[in-house]
Amino acid sequence: MKSFKFIFFLLFCIFFNLNNVFGENAKVDEISKNLRCLICQGQSVYDSQSEFALSVKTLILIKLESGSSEKDIYDFLKSKYGDWIVYEPEFNNYTLILWILPLFLFIFGGFLIARKVIINKR
Amino acid sequence: MLNLIGNYSLVFALITSLILAVVSFINFKSNKSLDFNIFGAVVLQFTLICVSFFTLIFAFIYSDFNNAAVYYNSHTSKPLFYKISGTWGNHEGSLLLWVLVLSLFTLIFLFKSKKLFNSFRILTIFFQQIITSGFLFFILLLSNPFQLILPTPNEGLGLNPILQDPALAIHPPILYLGYVGSSIIFSSSLAALTCKYVNKDWAAEIKKWSLISWIFLTIGIMLGSIWAYYELGWGGFWFWDPVENVSLMPWFCLTALLHCSSVLEKRATLQSWTIILALCTFILSMSGTFLVRSGILNSVHTFANDPERGVFVLIFLTFLVLISLFLYFKFNNFESKPKSFFLSRETAIIMNNWFMMYFLAVVLVGTVYPIFLEVFTAAKISVGPPYFNQLIIPFLIPFLVLMALGTKLDWIKTKKFKLNLNRIAILILSILISFFIVRNLNTKVLFLSVLISASLYLLLISIIDLKNQKFKWSQRISHLAFSILVISIILNSIFSEEFSVNMKVGQEKIISNSTINFEKISKQEVDNYTSIKAEIEIKQNENKLIFYPELRLYKTPETITSEADIKTNLFNDNLLVVNYLKGSDYLNIRYQKKPFMFLIWFSAVMLGLGGILGLRDKLK
Amino acid sequence: MRIRLSFIFLFILVSSIALIFYKSLFEEKNYIPKNINNKIENISIKEFNTENIFFLKNLFEDEKFMAINIWASWCLPCREEHQYIKNLSRIDNLKLVGLNYKDKTKNAQKFLEDLGNPFDIILSDTDGTKSIFLGAYGVPETLILDSELKIIKKHIGPINSKIIDEIKNLTN
Repeated sequence: MKSFKFIFFLLFCIFFNLNNVFGENAKVDEISKNLRCLICQGQSVYDSQSEFALSVKTLILIKLESGSSEKDIYDFLKSKYGDWIVYEPEFNNYTLILWILPLFLFIFGGFLIARKVIINKR
Repeated sequence: MLNLIGNYSLVFALITSLILAVVSFINFKSNKSLDFNIFGAVVLQFTLICVSFFTLIFAFIYSDFNNAAVYYNSHTSKPLFYKISGTWGNHEGSLLLWVLVLSLFTLIFLFKSKKLFNSFRILTIFFQQIITSGFLFFILLLSNPFQLILPTPNEGLGLNPILQDPALAIHPPILYLGYVGSSIIFSSSLAALTCKYVNKDWAAEIKKWSLISWIFLTIGIMLGSIWAYYELGWGGFWFWDPVENVSLMPWFCLTALLHCSSVLEKRATLQSWTIILALCTFILSMSGTFLVRSGILNSVHTFANDPERGVFVLIFLTFLVLISLFLYFKFNNFESKPKSFFLSRETAIIMNNWFMMYFLAVVLVGTVYPIFLEVFTAAKISVGPPYFNQLIIPFLIPFLVLMALGTKLDWIKTKKFKLNLNRIAILILSILISFFIVRNLNTKVLFLSVLISASLYLLLISIIDLKNQKFKWSQRISHLAFSILVISIILNSIFSEEFSVNMKVGQEKIISNSTINFEKISKQEVDNYTSIKAEIEIKQNENKLIFYPELRLYKTPETITSEADIKTNLFNDNLLVVNYLKGSDYLNIRYQKKPFMFLIWFSAVMLGLGGILGLRDKLK
Repeated sequence: MRIRLSFIFLFILVSSIALIFYKSLFEEKNYIPKNINNKIENISIKEFNTENIFFLKNLFEDEKFMAINIWASWCLPCREEHQYIKNLSRIDNLKLVGLNYKDKTKNAQKFLEDLGNPFDIILSDTDGTKSIFLGAYGVPETLILDSELKIIKKHIGPINSKIIDEIKNLTN
């Protein structure tokens, strides 16, 4: 019974937090979170207050207003600063192993386990 | 004078270490018992390193700028607490702390393992001394904390203010206790391999050490996140930054080891796999140190880097890995395993290990891939949060469900695994609740509801299992803690809200349903910085919150840090941080609502508590 | 036999990983974008202190190359490099364009009064977005473009006489 009370309390809290607040330029925030700042190299453009990051944010706003899509903006910045600037590595020849290797290891592990279980069963 | 004492006691500690290594090896070869000399030498070594460490602390407390490490990292105006924590806030001092813990653990192992097989103990000491002497060489040759500066400067350069934070002050020692604890696991598994002692006794012994490491590692990672959350002021607590990843990798490995060693302890099976995990844990901890210290990784947390140091650690690390490879293949012939049915606790634990290894692989590949790519193709890429989220989150679903089901299974064979109506009811309940939770969202509804159902299911099952006497308290607590942690992280990331605006004093702005009032600003001189406090009011519907975020302008070295004002309650954090915009009188105001932050910290502490309970059971 | 093979395999794997780490120890860690040979869009930029707007291509008169120096009065290294910029203006065949980056007009004018104005023309980048088109990310930064607006050289940080010699060779 206690657990049920807890769940309802949980639900209560969740519903009363759902009044989403968004910034002046929610889309700019969203895009700049996926960009890496060049000046302070561990931070995202969104988190950084460096001159460069501020300019990038302004540029994103200008581009959005002139009708560019999210992908256009990423491509534009990639053409200027290289793939390094986006946090999400694109799936291409260079990053093939990056995306495939963990999945391969997962399947390989599953294979080893399956073999062991089947041998044990016999 | 102090510096000389510190330096020479380190030199003597190294000599002791080398002698110990030789003596213990001879003792092992001639099958002698562990004699009193070894005890004495280990105690002596610990004392010497202690002396050296405390002289360094004194040098920091009394601001002895004759010492280079003090000069570069301290300042007379720093509060005493940060002078002391400054001892391990830098590369040289932190390594000294590392060796101190290493010798402490060797000592504890020696005293606490009297009941175990003699050759195994001697050999563990031998491997432990190889590691210790490697680190002592490294300290004395390439990162000596007792280097002198002549003439003595009058004032130090100061500690980076962003590091002047209580959580961060105790974060490194705790993390090191975790890393170094795994060194005993490493040495003892090599020893156990060599003298064919991979059995239940050994499993019980390394279970203790893995619990110790695991507790400290868990708490250490949590402290790091707390620091990032409160001090960096970006409102996040995990950034998938390389330095963070590096501490997460041994954690996955240790968690797998903890589960796996109970299989070995109970069922005398999975020997090879336990050994591999035990060896990997320490190797991952060491690689972490290597990656961070050598400056190979590009991260927010940069240590001074010097390729020479990197080369030394790399060679040492490779040496340890090759030795363990060699010993593993030479002595790896275990007896055939007892049979077990596939619906058994063993299988559940193997499943746990499978997923843990997958998560480890994702983090490892994501962290080192850019390094490899650069060497091969000169192309530079960033691997950031989107990569980790995409590869990890979908796999959480089966993992959570398996974790909920796994505890139902018995050792060897589950005889009556009948579908329990209660459990099905709980599953349906969690699915219903999750639909309620996500119905107001507009993206990825299906995926999120499945994810939330899975984590809710685990949560409910863990709550019910709390009453189940079949399990140990440590397991019940830590499984419940883990389920709370997962669900609060998931809900936190889905329901976080934020906005950022640039405002001047006296301005008022309305953003969707909130009114922001930048009331006033005040300036104050404190200890070693100037504090600029803003007063900002945020009104949402009927709720009114007043925040006092702060900017701190430090003089030595010249830096600005932002202190967020965070209003915490049980289910919600309201966080407001201001940032200085250069060349304007505007401030950047960032407001964030982060649900369940408290629960995240709470469950992490509870997770550690579960570990402590487990350790108590083991020590009884 | 199988065990020995897997040992050899793992041995080689570990050694090669160590070798890769060893190599990467000596690589430059800070990321500096290399966008040499990138072609820049023919963007329009406002002239400093006037309302005139110029397209980059239209700036060429009979020069074959263009140097764009990004500077600001608040940037200390820019003061240091200013004397070398003067040398840059002596190179024939090179249009010397200053791009004033995120600056207050008053401060920038004071800067030029104090140190002299070597530029053929000064453009103004008040919000920093024009510099992004050039692939620049800070001040000072100097780019050499050919008449097709292709970047043929780029220097980040203050220039010195060695860089000037290199530019001379390029534009001859």
